[in-house]
This record gives sequence, structure tokens and C-alpha cells, in this order.
Amino acid sequence: MNTPEILCRADGLAKHVSGPGGRLTILHGLSLRVAAGEAVAIVGASGSGKSTLLGLLAGLDAPSGGEVELCGTRLSTLDEDGRAALRGGRVGFVFQNFQLLPTLTALENVSLPLELAAAGEQTAARGNGGVRPDTGMQGADATAVAREALERVGLSARAGHYPRQLSGGEQQRVAIARAFAPGPRILFADEPTGNLDLATGQRIIDLLFALRADAGAALVLVTHDEALAARCDRRLGMRDGHLEVLP
Amino acid sequence: MSAGKARMPAAAPWRLALRLLRRDWRSGELYLLAAALVLTVAAITAVGFFTDRIERTMQRQGGELIAADLAIDSSRPIPPSFADAAAARGLEVARTLTFRSVVLAGDDTQLVQVKAVDDAYPLRGEMRLKADIDAAEQPAPGPPGDGVAWVEPRLLYVLGADPGARIDLGEATFTADRLIAYEPDRGGNFFQIAPRVMIHMDALPATGLVTAASRVRHRLLVAGPRDAVADFAAWAEPRLPASAGLIDAREARPEFATAVDRASRFLHLAALTTLLVAGAAIALASRRLVDRQTDAVAVMRCLGAPRHLLTRIFAIRLLSFGLLASLAGCLLGWLGQRGLALLLADWVEGPLPAASIQPVFVGIGTGLVALAGFALPPLLQLADVPPLRVLRRDLGPPRVSVAFAGLGAAAALALMILWQAGDVELAWKLLLGVVAAVAALVTLGAVMVWLAGLAAARTRGIWRLGLAGLARRPAAAILQITGFGLGILALLLLAVVRVDLLRSWQETLPEGAPNRFLINIQPHERDALADWLADHDIDGAGIFPMIRGRLTGIGARDIEPDDYEDPRAERLAAREFNLSYATALQADNSIIAGRWWSGAGQTAPAPGQFSVEEGIAETLGIRLGDRLRFQVAGQTVSAPVTSLRQVQWDSFNVNFFVIGTPGLLAEQPATYITSFYLPASREALVPELLRAFPSVTLIDVGALLAQVRGIIEQGIHAVEYVFLFTLAAGLLVMYAGIQASLAVRRAEHGVLRTLGANRRQLLRGLLVEFTAAGLLAGLTASIFAQITGFVLARQLFDLPFAPNPWLWVFGVLGSGAAIGLAGTLGTYRALVRPPLAALRGAG
Repeated sequence: MNTPEILCRADGLAKHVSGPGGRLTILHGLSLRVAAGEAVAIVGASGSGKSTLLGLLAGLDAPSGGEVELCGTRLSTLDEDGRAALRGGRVGFVFQNFQLLPTLTALENVSLPLELAAAGEQTAARGNGGVRPDTGMQGADATAVAREALERVGLSARAGHYPRQLSGGEQQRVAIARAFAPGPRILFADEPTGNLDLATGQRIIDLLFALRADAGAALVLVTHDEALAARCDRRLGMRDGHLEVLP
Repeated sequence: MSAGKARMPAAAPWRLALRLLRRDWRSGELYLLAAALVLTVAAITAVGFFTDRIERTMQRQGGELIAADLAIDSSRPIPPSFADAAAARGLEVARTLTFRSVVLAGDDTQLVQVKAVDDAYPLRGEMRLKADIDAAEQPAPGPPGDGVAWVEPRLLYVLGADPGARIDLGEATFTADRLIAYEPDRGGNFFQIAPRVMIHMDALPATGLVTAASRVRHRLLVAGPRDAVADFAAWAEPRLPASAGLIDAREARPEFATAVDRASRFLHLAALTTLLVAGAAIALASRRLVDRQTDAVAVMRCLGAPRHLLTRIFAIRLLSFGLLASLAGCLLGWLGQRGLALLLADWVEGPLPAASIQPVFVGIGTGLVALAGFALPPLLQLADVPPLRVLRRDLGPPRVSVAFAGLGAAAALALMILWQAGDVELAWKLLLGVVAAVAALVTLGAVMVWLAGLAAARTRGIWRLGLAGLARRPAAAILQITGFGLGILALLLLAVVRVDLLRSWQETLPEGAPNRFLINIQPHERDALADWLADHDIDGAGIFPMIRGRLTGIGARDIEPDDYEDPRAERLAAREFNLSYATALQADNSIIAGRWWSGAGQTAPAPGQFSVEEGIAETLGIRLGDRLRFQVAGQTVSAPVTSLRQVQWDSFNVNFFVIGTPGLLAEQPATYITSFYLPASREALVPELLRAFPSVTLIDVGALLAQVRGIIEQGIHAVEYVFLFTLAAGLLVMYAGIQASLAVRRAEHGVLRTLGANRRQLLRGLLVEFTAAGLLAGLTASIFAQITGFVLARQLFDLPFAPNPWLWVFGVLGSGAAIGLAGTLGTYRALVRPPLAALRGAG
């Protein structure tokens, strides 16, 4: 039996911040593995350090101690730009507050990561620690790929609408299309239903899991919703900066 | 949706940058910045196009004053290489030669100024002749023919001869067959006492008057396309012998040059003010753009955009945006100058020359420099937005380094001002004024924010929240007050320049300014002439004595024309001065160093002393306290210089370079000079006057006066027109100031309304905050407008200036009311949104 490829590995990950009351430890040297195609839920109360962990795993922030390896590359060997290039096309994000750019239409929001990856390819020679973004387009143009992605989330009719013209659920569907458009290998989702009502949230989660299964991407899902976490392959609990395996 | 390697499109960062720019534009993000930039470039190019065209017209008109576009004037023969070089550049060339001599007619002799001209003379303007004193003027068909001399009418009168008389000049005899009615390049020598005799250059050898030892002035006249003339001037300047100098039209007539200089200074001032105020609008708009782009950048970094890609994308976006906005500004500027040219159609005779392309480059350059200086530093720092901001909203936009942003803005300002002003004095004074005003406004803003913090602790409810809100975002509050202050300052400066400075300028040349000069009034005619003028209700400006004297020494130095390398100084030292004496200082003169001799309470006659005009003092190296020696009618007159005077040459009054005390000069042989205003309706008096005083020479400066007055009147219109751009920039900067805090306010009002504050309470809070900001900004702006007006009037335009109390009333109260109202209304939109939408939008 083949050992599955580990897409995200964290060893002894720690994060401290300085506050008015001295040094505050948010993460206490925790370790974690996420295999290709695997869905892992990180559950915990507000302030337990879930989002901090997500940020470190995705290379959005640098840890105070320990090491993260993402898509086979140790993040500590890369600078800020190298980490960005590594994310380009390989890592998808879904956020609680959608993070769509208000000045772009739905279609343009979805094609943005593809365009950035293509533009990043051109400038990669100047840094990024030798990492090139994965444009994920295979000769197709960004708009066509984005249009297809929008179609898959059922929003092709709203391609020309701006975020402010869409409902919360629709905005999150655009964000999901954006996350999947470049064909990512791993997806990070931070409370994706946190801003949505129950029914809409349910439909969003169904969509997210369907697309993930289809793309074969790994998923790291941060949530405080136990029911949502239960849909993942594994559940990890976060409490006071420590990670524990939940049954 | 498939992974895998993709093809690499060419120039993808460019395409992405341009696509993002298009999307930004569509979303309206860039409108404010675009408006500020277009306005800046439009103002600069409109003034650029216009002054370019006007300067060329001036040059053309001024050319008449020297009968050429450019002349080389020399006390020795001008080497032929100069004429060759001019011809090689496709320029027309003419030569003249002038010297003093004596003509003989029968037994009578008379000192004359002989001018020998070649076939090409004059290159600009025309000679006009009369067959006899009562005949109509006719343009000269060509140069004087063989054996023919054209003479000034006065010569024939003095000689007691009639037109057609034979006159001897040296060894040759000429027929004085035409009278000179108008000689284009006579301008600089209105007060030449000896009458003119003009002959052909070819007739000169026969007179035997010009030898190597003769005092002769040689002139090489050139004319042609402007670039070729400028090229020739640049070529000739370093090659001129010490005895020669270049003369352009501006030098020929100080009255004309002063008016044109003032007009040009006013126009540049207007353009620069627009530039500075619009620069503030660009800075405010850029800050707003940075605020709004922060989230987008965090998302893009999260989605894999490296910093260098974002930097590149921002740079490309900004450059493309700058270019497009600047081009739009150039187009608007071009349309603007068309309007300006139409407005000034009657300023110049004939059509204006077409605009050149150069202002377009200046406009685009200014736009890009302004954008790079004001907007690039904060926008480039956007690339440093941490990607973690997508998860943690508390990670704000990067703090723009004050040194970085300040340096960028200061460098851009200095560059643009130096480039634009074309006048270093105007540039640095303006820059200093603006820096001081901005520093004062920033300080004031900081004090106000501090006071708001203190007051917040002592108030309750909505007041406390509002005031604490102000103190909580000090940078935005300070920026806002600065923006308001600059906007108000621009508007007040507009008022100062419009109401006070331009009116002062107009008053320098009132209706009834002298348009006729009478010279060569003999002492015995003086009283009779004064009576004649009085009998005919002609209000003369006084009859002044005029004594001819040659400057022979300054202090211990003896003066020879050859002592001076500067050709103007050499000419001045070579010719005889028109000296005068007076007890009282003329109204259009002001003492800039030393003291005038007759002060209040002084009764005893002043001891012998001179007062010298500052310009000539500088040219000849005369300092206060130097003892001047003049040779007057064979006697030496010597006295110390006790004052230096500034003379308002464009007043058209009689003025003298050197004035002595009556005790010093009253005994010297003098003729008299006067000037007066003769309305067109009384033109018929002229022949009567000339018959009554036939030896007197009448000089009509009506045309020149009209031209100068035209420059003033139309120049005022031009400045007002250009100030419309400043007005727009001022309003724009205030709008940008209101917009600057809109996003934060929106969120705050969302919270406050959720907590139960009603619209009326919030409106009241806004009204108080904006009115207070307006009052304070208005007060600072009024102080600076007054100071700037004073400095501009006194030091830059040489105009009188009186403080205007209305400025304070309108400046302070008007600003408080206008900003209070505009700010409240402008922010009202943020209040009418439902609280939830406001909170969501801010989330």
C-alpha cells in the first residue's frame, strides 16, 4: 500500500506575541500532518488559536518556533514572496467574510488568482526562492477557466455582478469558485459559514465538499461548528494553544 | 478546473496591471485622483500653451521696437562671420550704422544723428514718411535712394529749410526729400536731442565721415523663425567681442517689458497655485485610494501574488493612469487656452501664432512627477500589507513612512515649481509660503485633535463619542484640516490677487496717464508753454529741466566706455545722460537705499547730492556714497550719491536715471521736458501746438501706452481665467478632505446608531466638528493669504498693498459655514445607510 503524500506538515509549531502583559503564547509547539485529498477539521472556541494555526499552515504568517512544510517545501526556506509564489495556484482559501474585491465582478474575482499566477510566472525569476506559481490553466485563458468555475457553483448568470449586488450565500459561492478555479492541491477554509444563515450555510458546505471531492484537494477547515467538523475525515480540537485528536 | 503547467502569456504583469486599472476605473475608485491630476495638468498646459503663444506674439510686436527679432549692437565693426552665421540659419540680415555729425544747409548748421541703412532695413515694422509736414504718412517704398536723405521735420525747421532742400553731410550733398514720420527702432531713444538724418549705407563712403577713429554704433539686425533666432543667439553670445552685445525687444522698452513681466508672473503664479493646491488633492486622493486598496492587496498576497509583482503592478497602473490622466489634462488645457486666446483676441493685433507642442510634454511631465511624488510612496508601501490581514482585520494598512512620503512630495513639489515657475524668485517664495502654511495647518490640526481629546473627557453622550472619535484618528483629522486649510487658502489667495493685486496693477496706469511727451522745450519757451497748456485745459505732469551730462567718474575711478565689458554699461557710459534736478521725490519713485534730500521739516536748501535709479546703479557699479562726476557743458559737476531709487517705468511719467539737488544743477544749461494726456477728441490741438512752439519735439506714445494698457487689462482677464482652475482645485481638495474620513465615519456611525444614537444627534455632532475644523482652517488660511498677498505685492510685483478686512470676515466665517455645511452634507450619505449595511461594509 502506498503511503499517501503529506501536503501539509507542521512540527513543533509555536507562536508567541508580545502584549501589554508580557509575552503571550498562542500555540504551544504543536504538530500536524495533512495528507493529499484528506479533509481535516480544527475545532475550538473563539480565541483558542484556530485562525492563527491556519495562517501559519498557509504561510500567511511566520511561526515563532517549529517548522511548516507545504506542498513539499519547507516554508522557513522561503521569504515572504517565495511563500506567496508557493500558494499561487496550489493553495485555495475560503474566508468567513468572503474577501471578494468590491471593485471586481464575480467573474473577475474568480479569475484573479489565475491572472496573478500567470503574471507571477513572468516575474518569478527575480526571487520567490525558485518557487514558481502553478497557473493551473493548461493553455486555457483565465476568463474561460473562471467562467467554468462560476458555472460549477451555479452562478454563471451572475458573472457580471459586483459583490455588493450579491447575497451573502452568493458571495461565498463566488469565493469557493475562486478557491477552486486554479485547481488547488490544498484548501484552507476559515469559518466558511460563519456569516451565513443555517440553510445557506448548509448549501455552501455541500458545495464545498462536492467540489473538493471532485478536485481531490486536501482541506483544512477551521470551525466551531461540530456538525460541520463531523463531515471531515479527521477532527482535531484546539484548546489554549494545544492540539488534540478528537474521536 | 484542472491543475498542471500552463503556457506563459507574454507581458502578463502588464496585462494584469492594465486590466486592474480598467476595473479600478470602472468602479469609480480613481475618479477623485483623476480629477485632481487632470486639473493640475490642464492648468499647467493651458498657461504653458498660452504664455508660449503670447511670448511669441510679444516677440513679434517687440521686434518692431528694434526693427528686428534680435540685434547685435557694437561700438566697432561687427565681424562678417556673424552675418554669415545668421544667413546660414536662414535668417534675414540687415545692417545699420549710426553716428553724430553736423549738417550744413546754407549758412546754418545743426548737430544730427545720422543713420545709414542697407536695402533690407527694417526687418520688422516699417518706415513711414511724409512729403511735407501736413501730408499724409506713407510707408517707405524702399531705402533712401542715391543722394537722398530722409530727415526729421524738426531739422528742416531748425535749419529754416523746406522739404527738398539740399543739405551737406561731410563731403557729400543730399536732397532732404522726405520727412520721417515713424522710424520703428527709434523707440529706445525717444529723448535723443539731435534730429535724425537717414541715408543709404552705399552713400556713406562719399561723406568721408566714417573712419577707423569715428564713434560709430554698428548694428546687425536679424529676423526669422523663432528657433533659428534662438539658435543664432546661442551661437553668437559666447563669440561676441567685448565691444558688442545682443539686444532683444524686451530690452528696448522698459515700459513694455515691465507690463509683460507682470502679466507673465501673474499667469505663472496662477498656474503654480493650482499646481500646489491640486497637489494636496492628489495627496488626499492617494491616501483614500491606499485605504481602499489595502484589503485587495491582502487578498492578492494571500492568493499568491509576491510583493515584487504587486509593486510592479502598482507602478504600471500608476504610470498608465498618470499618462492617460495627463493626456486628458493636456486636452483640457489646450481647450482652455483656446478660450483664453479668444478672450484676449483684442490684446494683440493679428492672429496669435499657433501653439507649440512643448507644453504637452511639460504637462505630461508635471502630471507624472506630481503623481510619482504624492501618490507613489504610499501606493508602493501597499505591497507590504501583510497577507494575514485576510484573517486578522486589526492588521491595518502599513504606516506610510512620513519621511518617505514627505520626501517624495517635497521633491516633486520642488521639481515642478522650479520647472514651471520660470522665475526662481517666485518659485522659492511660493514654495516657502506653502511649506509654512502646511506646517501651520498640520500643527493646528494636531492642537485641535489634542484639544478634542481633552474635551472628550469632559463631555458626555454623543459629544464625547464624536470628539473622542476625532482624537482616535489623529492622522486623518490632521490631514483633513490641512486639506480644508489649503482649499480655503487657494480661494482667499484668489480673492487677494483678484481684488487687491490686480486692481493695484490697473491703477498704475490710470485713464489719463500721459500719452504725449514734449521735449526740447527751450528755457525761454517754458513759461509760455506752461501757459498754453493751462489755457487749453491740458493737465501737464509738470515741466522738468533736462541737462545733458557725460559721466566721467565714479568715486576715484575715471570712467571710459571701454572700462565696461557689459555692452549695456558701455552704451550708458558712452552716451550723455539726461540729468534733472528736483526738490520733491516723484510719486512713482520710491527710495530703496539712503534718503531723499527734502524731508518733512527741512527748510534749508540741501547740499549737492545725486539720487540714482537702482537698475542703472547696478549696471554701472554705482553704490550709495560714491561721488559721481559729470561733464556738463565743459564743467565738472560732482556730488555724492545719497539715495537709490526704484522707478515705476510703466507709469509713463517723465523719469530720470540721475537726479541732482537744485543747488547742484540749476545753473547748468537746460532744456525742458513735459508729458501730458491728450484725449483722442482733442487731437486737433497738436498742429496748433507745433505751430506755436516749432522747435519743440512732440512724441506720441499713445500707441505704446495703449499696448501696455492692453496687456494689463487683458492680462487681468487671463489671470482671472486661469484662476478658475485654482478655484476648481480648491473645491476639489476640500471634497477630498471630506471624503478622507468617510469610510471610518461610516463604520463609527453604524456602531453609534446601533447603540441608539439618532440621526439628529449624529448630524449635530458632524456639524459641530466640521464647523470647528472650517473656522480653524479659515483662520490659518486668512493669516497666510494676507501674508502671501503682502509678500507678492511688495516683493514680486512692486505694487502697493493694503490689508483687506473683508478677507478675514469671509475667510474665517465663510470657511466655518461652508465647510460645516459641505462636510455635514457630504458625510450625510454615511448616515442614511441602515446601520447593518454600515457595519457590514466596514467589516
